[in-house]
Amino acid sequence: MATPNTPLWEVFIRSRNGLAHKHVGSLHANDATMALQAARDIYTRRGEGLSIWVVPSTAITASDPAEKGMMFEPAESKIYRHPTFYEVPEEVGHM
Amino acid sequence: MYTQALNTAETDDRGLEDAGKAAQFQARVDAEERIEPNDWMPAAYRKTLTRQISQHAHSEIVGMLPEGNWITRAPTLRRKAALLAKVQDECGHGLYLYAAAETLGSSREELVDAMLAGKAKYSSIFNYPTLTWADIGTIGWLVDGAAIMNQIPLCRCSYGPYARAMIRVCKEESFHQRQGYEIMLTLCRGSDEQKAMAQDALNRWWWPVLMMFGPPDATSQHSDTSTKWKIKRFSNDELRQKFVDATVPQAQYLGLTIPDPGMTQDADGHWRYSEIDWSEFKQVLAGNGPCNRDRIAARRKAHEEGAWVREAAAAYAAKRARRQTAQAAE
Repeated sequence: MATPNTPLWEVFIRSRNGLAHKHVGSLHANDATMALQAARDIYTRRGEGLSIWVVPSTAITASDPAEKGMMFEPAESKIYRHPTFYEVPEEVGHM
Repeated sequence: MYTQALNTAETDDRGLEDAGKAAQFQARVDAEERIEPNDWMPAAYRKTLTRQISQHAHSEIVGMLPEGNWITRAPTLRRKAALLAKVQDECGHGLYLYAAAETLGSSREELVDAMLAGKAKYSSIFNYPTLTWADIGTIGWLVDGAAIMNQIPLCRCSYGPYARAMIRVCKEESFHQRQGYEIMLTLCRGSDEQKAMAQDALNRWWWPVLMMFGPPDATSQHSDTSTKWKIKRFSNDELRQKFVDATVPQAQYLGLTIPDPGMTQDADGHWRYSEIDWSEFKQVLAGNGPCNRDRIAARRKAHEEGAWVREAAAAYAAKRARRQTAQAAE
């Protein structure tokens, strides 16, 4: 008999105070409480985290990799957004 | 990101594949770019990885059985705590790997059901029994040692989710191998009976461990395309040789004898092992190893006995969701 699927959750962990939560992987759980407990057991067995977020995978909207060229083009053509675009005379020193 | 739902459209690519897309894919692989779940990939790449990653996951889960056998009989509380932590890690590794396999479009339930039905394989090494406590030391030292040898190159595998899972796994495996070697060291420094127990375990595990690296290069079915796709970075024989070269000095330090009287060291320092009995490997792979039936029976029993827990959790979640909907409607 095929087993019915259990919902998928994405897990985010904040490793140290001051750093943002980072995606570490995913897991299956029936509800948020069980997802949090499973995330603790699967992803923090060696003190990897101080805080965990679990998010239903279905709640995530992702950009389409096939359209990444169009999606990120606006940033690629704007080199003047980077500090190295601007010339500052050496005598001025570090800026 | 490990989002299953986004992968469904990909099935349309099977059958007639766009040659242009395939060339683009290969160019990305050649440039050492990582392939991510929602990127286009050849159907055969998806199939190969689903098979390999799910087999790897099944191996971690089935691998809990031979060691779990000794948790209640570990000689001290320290050893028991370490073994328990190791077996928990194996379970965790299985779960990271199922998650990575799922990004290719199969659900964990399907993958697990295939294993329970006997349609999917797991590493043959777990079809050997753990007869004494020294087997636990030997598994950590040699089986995990061989696994590390295999898994380190997989951290650079072309498929992103698999590579990332391997990085986590490798970090944790190092503890497994060291705890195994420490058990062996303690036995070898103990009484004559304890040392004999260690030697007996090495005698039984040595050849099956060498078989873990898979068939010799000349006969391996999957190597060529896997190498082209940068799933595999070293050949079976290369990894096996690296493992033997690393292990011989460790055995010498323990004062144990590798059960291969024909073994010699060549001019370059490599330890040349004797011919491996591949008929044994084929027999175990075909289901005739000492524990094949036991292992599958144990997995089925655990799965069936856990069914009420899964059903209860699903029913509770459904009830809560209904209540929430009703409250929102008020």
